[in-house]
Amino acid sequence: MASRLLGIIAKEFIHLRRDWLALVLALAVPVAMLFIFGWAINTDVKHVPTAVFDQSGSVEARQFLEAMENSQYFAMRYWTRSHAELTRLIDRGSAKVGVVIPPDFARRLARQAAEVQVIVDASDPQVATSAINAASSLGAQRSLEIITKTLEGTTLGRRTGVPFDVRVRAWYNPDLVSAIFIVPGLIGALLMQTTITAMAVSVVREREKGTLEALIVSPIRRWELLLGKIIPNLLVAYGQMTMALIVAHFVFDVPIRGSLPLLYGLALVFMMGTLGIGIFVSAAARTVPQAMQMAFLTFLPSIYLSGLLFPIEGMPTGAQYLASIIPLTYFLRIVRGIILKGVGFGDLWPSLLPLLVFGVVIFSLAVIKFRKQLD
Amino acid sequence: MSAEGARGAGPDDGFAVVTEGLTRRFGKRVAVDHLSLRVRKGELYGFLGPNGAGKSTTLRMLCGILEPSEGTGSVLGIDIRREPERIKALIGYMSQRFSLYDDLTVVENLTFYARVYMVPRALRAERIAQMIQLADLGGRERQQAGALSGGYRQRLALTCALVHAPRLIFLDEPTAGVDPVSRRTFWAVIRHLADEGTTIVVTTHYMDEAELCDTLGFIYQGQLIAQGSPAIIKTETFRKPVVEVDAADLRRAAALLQDWDAVEEVLRVSTRLRVVLAQDHTAAADVAAYLRRQGVEVRWAHDVEPSVEDLFVSFVDKERKARVREQLRALGPA
Repeated sequence: MASRLLGIIAKEFIHLRRDWLALVLALAVPVAMLFIFGWAINTDVKHVPTAVFDQSGSVEARQFLEAMENSQYFAMRYWTRSHAELTRLIDRGSAKVGVVIPPDFARRLARQAAEVQVIVDASDPQVATSAINAASSLGAQRSLEIITKTLEGTTLGRRTGVPFDVRVRAWYNPDLVSAIFIVPGLIGALLMQTTITAMAVSVVREREKGTLEALIVSPIRRWELLLGKIIPNLLVAYGQMTMALIVAHFVFDVPIRGSLPLLYGLALVFMMGTLGIGIFVSAAARTVPQAMQMAFLTFLPSIYLSGLLFPIEGMPTGAQYLASIIPLTYFLRIVRGIILKGVGFGDLWPSLLPLLVFGVVIFSLAVIKFRKQLD
Repeated sequence: MSAEGARGAGPDDGFAVVTEGLTRRFGKRVAVDHLSLRVRKGELYGFLGPNGAGKSTTLRMLCGILEPSEGTGSVLGIDIRREPERIKALIGYMSQRFSLYDDLTVVENLTFYARVYMVPRALRAERIAQMIQLADLGGRERQQAGALSGGYRQRLALTCALVHAPRLIFLDEPTAGVDPVSRRTFWAVIRHLADEGTTIVVTTHYMDEAELCDTLGFIYQGQLIAQGSPAIIKTETFRKPVVEVDAADLRRAAALLQDWDAVEEVLRVSTRLRVVLAQDHTAAADVAAYLRRQGVEVRWAHDVEPSVEDLFVSFVDKERKARVREQLRALGPA
């Protein structure tokens, strides 16, 4: 028995070694994806080209605009003389943000709350979101500063309102996407992709080549064949996960607050289900490219609906319902919980339970399917 | 299983394979129809038939990977229904697809199959060395199987099926798509194995290969239509004279012979006609005389040995003969 199982495992590792490009890719992909999501797709947009229509020309207005520029989020590129000019710049796309300061800015600031109009080009939601967030927080900050200033003067307690009221006209459901948010999701997506695709391809390739036939005729047991294929697959998946964690932690300063053994252990529960999906794909696909396409199809909904890229809370009810039957949804909660919040087993079980049920059911069905496939 | 099957399945009765009324249906289609087969130990048994005749289905049942719908069978004394897993460890199997891992080297392929077939660790290196010698793969041990030419791949596939020294091997069309020289080398190897005592059951539709077998079993539409050594089948089962004729107007000669009731079958083979006559009937001289009487200019007519193909086709009813010949031809040079 050990001889047969080891034989399969050893053979799978030779395949991996011979196809070294695929192996390198398997380990490089998580790193590349981290860099892409963590760096290139930096959704905290900075130095947004901004057009200004300052109707007041006051010192206070200049101070406010300086503060905006100092925040790094806005770059004051255009100083306009009319509303129309400002609108045109935004329409053309030269400026993404317009700031309109009313003529009575200084006076109103002195008396009560001042109003600044910030126009955001919401056709690029990521830029819009960042600009809105930055402008809002700036408004609050400046208000505080001015309150402090007023308090130092003589007129104590004269103003109770917030002096700056930055009104933002475009609105977008704000979310927070950054390396820290994306890394845990990436780990889940990677494990899923590797286990489904690699599992399916390794079985389909043997069927295509006719070697599966030879194995069926041989005294090898089905569980030996299955385990012999699963073990190397799991090792590669864990290798990818480790790689992603190392880069995330040391390059992107993602904190790892919880227990790594717990994370690795629960990843196994998740992969039971995904390996099962891989086995189903291998039963359905006739050729290797077919298997790859089918595998891709199975994890497409997971990528979009699991909360990997977009928060589930912002989805329509139907999509939220779908998300609740996708195993990656629960695994992401677990990964985020362990890595970012440092929670332990006790707090994770509401997410673990559906994962466990899914894993056991799908894996068992897949093993039955696998046995039938070999008859 | 019936008592009769059990009696015929004793391990020391001299038979490696025994089946009684073995039947396999796929839905309504009967792939193997009450097949009763006996393969003696140590013989080279050729299983002949066109595609779809039921050869592969029979082999799969004998290998223990397909359950019979009806009937009984034993392989090396083990019941194919009750203990198929035990059979698997004792037999070797090679299919026309060769079942090699292209990215594994010669030695890695052999090592893999040695492990799968549980060759004890201590014996492994020795067995693998023997196999490399048998397949004449010396010097290519570190070459990847995908880089080998057809003949080498074929012999490597054979040795992968032999690495655990099985007493019985099943070869399912092992020479399909391999060049004639490699085919001959391959048959020399399996003839040698049979002479050393390994029982070999080989399916083929190459008639020249069939002549090399100790015993032939003809299978057609799931039934065994004849069985015996090539010589016995020719002299006793067949007993029909075969004549080759060359004439000026081959087409007219063929048409005339076709209508003559002494003739069972007329075939055009390149520039001559091959005529199978009805049993105990007539010979070359009579055929020539008949044609001349009809005004055909006959260049020559000889009595010839019947080929295995002739034998095979003779078992098929007259309307189907042409089609079966065609099928056999399509599969490769006879």
